[in-house]
Amino acid sequence: MQAIFRRELQAYFKSPLGYIYLAILFFFGGQFLVIQISGYRTNEISSIFASLFTILLFTMPILTMRLMSEDKRLKTDQALLTAPVSLNGIVWGKFLAAFTLFLIAISSTVVYFFVMASMATPQWNMFFGNLVGIILLGASLISIGMFISSLTESQMVAAIGGFAAMFFIFMIDSIAEMIPIDWLSSAMSKLSFMTRYNDFTSGILNFSHMLFYISVVVVFNFLTMRILEKKRWS
Amino acid sequence: MIEIKNLTKKYGDKVAVDNVSFSVKEGEILGFLGPNGAGKSTTMNILTGYLSATDGQAKIAGYDILENPTEAKKKIGYLPEQPPLYMDMTVDEYLSFMYDLKKVKVGASKRNHITAICDLVKISDVRKRMIKNLSKGYKQRVGIAQALLGNPEVLILDEPTVGLDPKQIIEIRTLIKNLSQSHTVILSSHILPEIQAVCDRVIVINKGKLVADDTEANLSNRLSEDLRYTIRVEGPEAEVKSMLESIPQMEKVDSLGEKEPGVYEFVIEAEEGADIRHELFKRLAGRNWPLMSLRSSELTLEDIFLQLTKDNAYGGEE
Repeated sequence: MQAIFRRELQAYFKSPLGYIYLAILFFFGGQFLVIQISGYRTNEISSIFASLFTILLFTMPILTMRLMSEDKRLKTDQALLTAPVSLNGIVWGKFLAAFTLFLIAISSTVVYFFVMASMATPQWNMFFGNLVGIILLGASLISIGMFISSLTESQMVAAIGGFAAMFFIFMIDSIAEMIPIDWLSSAMSKLSFMTRYNDFTSGILNFSHMLFYISVVVVFNFLTMRILEKKRWS
Repeated sequence: MIEIKNLTKKYGDKVAVDNVSFSVKEGEILGFLGPNGAGKSTTMNILTGYLSATDGQAKIAGYDILENPTEAKKKIGYLPEQPPLYMDMTVDEYLSFMYDLKKVKVGASKRNHITAICDLVKISDVRKRMIKNLSKGYKQRVGIAQALLGNPEVLILDEPTVGLDPKQIIEIRTLIKNLSQSHTVILSSHILPEIQAVCDRVIVINKGKLVADDTEANLSNRLSEDLRYTIRVEGPEAEVKSMLESIPQMEKVDSLGEKEPGVYEFVIEAEEGADIRHELFKRLAGRNWPLMSLRSSELTLEDIFLQLTKDNAYGGEE
């Protein structure tokens, strides 16, 4: 697992992908910070996190499109699957690599917090709630993206599929509203990533929300393993 | 060391490997011969745990590849048909990654071990280069280096000399020969001479079925290439042909027509065990028809299968 983790993390910085991802997040994060401070003249950090939701969603395929598809295309999955490593090790190794890059990108918010804290009373609790929220959100999106990447050997297809999935997640609430059947509509809105995330940004640390995101990670990583396993049997 | 029992692999309705059984002893070099699509790679992929068999069993050093995959995989060094190389890494980075991935434990330090292997397969001068910039021959050798990491007891090499130039092919063959002193090797190829040059024992597989399993020497005798010759004779075509046919023990004469002015080409085939060259020379000289060329025809894989399946004495075939 460690070997795979290290390789995948290195791979982000061998291609422009890792840099592009960091650049986009740093740029928008910084932009939101500037708007907060000089536009609204407030030290309220939650709006930054709320705005980052969309950015995270639509940049996630950059992070995940390569993860599994590249191995299929280069046939390096043969090296991974014939090495004494479990499927668990392969999938979690790759997941953690993407997650680490995501954490690096998100770490910029710590800087934002201290910038704001230097100008007004720091709202520690608010900040930590937001941070937990965004980390969980990121983790769940990564495992969804990685699952999609495991379905194809083309990075492009994985990227497009990733965008489609992220768009669906983005739209869940609107779709739920459009469904005329009550129970289906409410079931759908339960799946909303945004509502749950918004609770975090308003400072509510809800255990069931945390469990939701963690479940998404576990379920999709498990599905990715099944996809790898399926290939051996077909 | 390696034991395969009733291995079957189906892709949907297509049977890729059909009830194949064989075993390999420690220190043996086993050649795996078959045309493209015969099921060589599939068998190897099952043996290494990349694919699962539909039915049957594969054991490496006593460990079942399905029940004890981690233990079994530790014993294997595998070079797939297409070497599994990360193009965005340098040779050094890649080998270091594979070393960690395989959880190698050897006496020497990681650095020394990798250096030793690079020297062995002669890639020391490209260690700092990106794999994507290497030639096919070098990529293949990096693939072999990767398989050798950790001195695995079993080496499974799927067409290791594909894409190499003749000089490299000889080097790799010698290398494999030398490796057999400390490893058990399975080597696949669709080239008969290659298998003959390297292997102690040969398994022939066609359309998923085991056609022959024999020592290299026995197989070569059975496939004796001296049986068939292509000759060129200067003389009247019809008469030469009827004369050739009159040679005792001659089985078949085919005329290929005029190849040079007045010179005709024939493919002649003698009965098994017969040497007709003396008789051929005497008769042609007697009639004053110069023999312009005489060469033994190489058997194509198709010929080999025809010959091997002609009699069922060697088992495997139903």
